[in-house]
Amino acid sequence: MARPRLRISDRVGDRLLLSATGLASAIAVLLLVLIAWQVFKGSGTAFHKFGFGFLTGTTWKPNFNQYGAGTLLFGTFVTGVFALFLAAPIGIAIGLYLSLMAPPRVRAIIGPVVEMLAAIPSVIIGFWGILVLAPFLVKHAEPQLHSTVGFIPLFGLPQTNGASMFAAGLILTIMVIPIVASISRDLFDTVPRELQEGASALGATRWEMIRGVMLPTTASGLAATSFLGLGRALGEAIAVTQVIGAGTKINTSLYETGDTLASRLANQFQNATDQLQTSSLFYLGALLLIIGLGSNLLAQWIGRRFAVQKAHA
Amino acid sequence: MTILDPEFDPIMEPSRPAAPARSAGERYRIQTVDRPARTASHGQPTPTTPVVRESVFKVEQLAISYGSKTAVQGVTMGIDRNRITAIIGPSGCGKTTFLRSLNRMHDGIPGLRVDGHIYYHGHDLYGSGVDRVEVRRRIGMVFQKPNPFPKSIYDNVAWAPRNLGLRSGLDDRVEKALRGAALWDEVKDRLKDSALGLSGGQQQRLCIARAIAIEPDVLLLDEPASALDPIATASIEELVRTLKAKFTIVIVTHNMQQAARLADRTAFFGLDNERIGTLIEYDETDKIFTNPADTRTEDYVTGRFV
Ligand SMILES: Nc1ncnc2c1ncn2[C@@H]1O[C@H](COP(=O)(O)OP(=O)(O)OP(=O)(O)O)[C@@H](O)[C@H]1O
Ligand SMILES: [Mg+2]
Repeated sequence: MARPRLRISDRVGDRLLLSATGLASAIAVLLLVLIAWQVFKGSGTAFHKFGFGFLTGTTWKPNFNQYGAGTLLFGTFVTGVFALFLAAPIGIAIGLYLSLMAPPRVRAIIGPVVEMLAAIPSVIIGFWGILVLAPFLVKHAEPQLHSTVGFIPLFGLPQTNGASMFAAGLILTIMVIPIVASISRDLFDTVPRELQEGASALGATRWEMIRGVMLPTTASGLAATSFLGLGRALGEAIAVTQVIGAGTKINTSLYETGDTLASRLANQFQNATDQLQTSSLFYLGALLLIIGLGSNLLAQWIGRRFAVQKAHA
Repeated sequence: MTILDPEFDPIMEPSRPAAPARSAGERYRIQTVDRPARTASHGQPTPTTPVVRESVFKVEQLAISYGSKTAVQGVTMGIDRNRITAIIGPSGCGKTTFLRSLNRMHDGIPGLRVDGHIYYHGHDLYGSGVDRVEVRRRIGMVFQKPNPFPKSIYDNVAWAPRNLGLRSGLDDRVEKALRGAALWDEVKDRLKDSALGLSGGQQQRLCIARAIAIEPDVLLLDEPASALDPIATASIEELVRTLKAKFTIVIVTHNMQQAARLADRTAFFGLDNERIGTLIEYDETDKIFTNPADTRTEDYVTGRFV
């Protein structure tokens, strides 16, 4: 008699679990759809007025009812790519060090510290950026770079106060590194010990082992991680606002001010004066949403595509 | 008797000389392939005329500990060139631990300590200035569980030669290694396929091919057939027997028949009265299996071990 009763309660528990988890997932999906819908609806007026010309327009003059996202798309792209190209190799190197080379005690200290870096509120990183990093850059790093690689237009003449796309890119790099580092460390930890030993038993140096075994077996994960980091960089608003200088022009030199979608949005939404400005800001939000979801989907796609390839290769 | 040019010290040499990598690889190959001593040690020993054999390894009072736990101690033995030496013994008596010390696979394991001496062709394997990468290049290892890389069959075999800069004639080298591992006929039409698609026995032979592709001097095999079915096991055994002509082989096995069938000499490891692994008896395989000197060996080989 006792057994069937137990079974029934088990079954009820199972159902409960199923509906609770199912509900949570449904809410997540619903939320995503709802937010997207709101954002797209909000941008209706601006879309009606500017159409896709909004993407290439480079003027943003609330007083003249003129809005375009070109400068902001450019700034978002430049700072995001800058951060990705710097943060991915550094983060992967940290991951390799922690997973393969660090003595256990060092690993036990550095690992959590790197993760804590990700926990620093972005407003504080931005604060540090404007007080410490930007002045340092403009006084020391930028002149140095300009005099050595100044023939590359990216490294033009240093400007006065240090607020620049360069500073913003570096701030984003700092924010992306911990993400890439901790995920890539976990990825490297999943590479079977037997494979590593198999490589070293063949007289491979550590670098040969890393290049021939560790990186290829984790390549898809590393790429996906990098795009996840890129998504984070593209969406970051506060810290970027603090150091990028709210520029209004497209400049080739990284030392000039600029602005990003997220930063402009955060900067102006509170003080939007009329419906068209609000709607234009929503339009920026919609673009940001598309780019963010896009990079996320790309990350997932890379992860899946290469996982499939590996199984079939 | 030494086979090595006295001018050339393979282990003390820096692993990556400034000279082009290929010349290093070619020199390496010459050193390990041309073996004037090979035929000399090939004659069948007869009871009346003891053959003086060349030792590849001389192990003296070896003790290995993981932190405060000693896994093996008091091991003193020589390992003959171009013969098969089997290591048998109950689980946990330190066979794997011992085998891995022969090519310094323990390096980098935290807390691990190796005391005593291992001489490889007269060189102290753990002496200062010995490059462990070079050691492993000459002393290959095949593990209990097949561990092919998630690459193509071809790339699995070609990977280590490429690292050594042996790029010319790579196809021939891969073919030779696969033939050497008795795998060529089975895979020659799908060299570009993933190695992970092979059966367990094929994967293990691929791992052997991978190891012999860089023409090592010694092959260390840790229970290479324990994860395989009887047919795959038989083919591995057959393969090991043919490899003896070219390589010195040390094989750990749990399978007593396998040791009796394959090995020229057999080392029996057991636990001493401190319950630490040690070498109990080491002799010609015939002697170990028919007329062992130690009762513990006798108990073990006759299945009376508890
Ligand atoms: N990484 C390690 N850390 C601590 N102790 C270890 C480690 N590896 C092995 N040992 C210990 O060393 C002793 C010998 O282990 P080893 O693996 O060499 O035995 P074995 O003879 O190969 O056994 P088996 O026949 O089961 O493979 C055992 O007591 C084992 O618990
Ligand atoms: Mg073992």
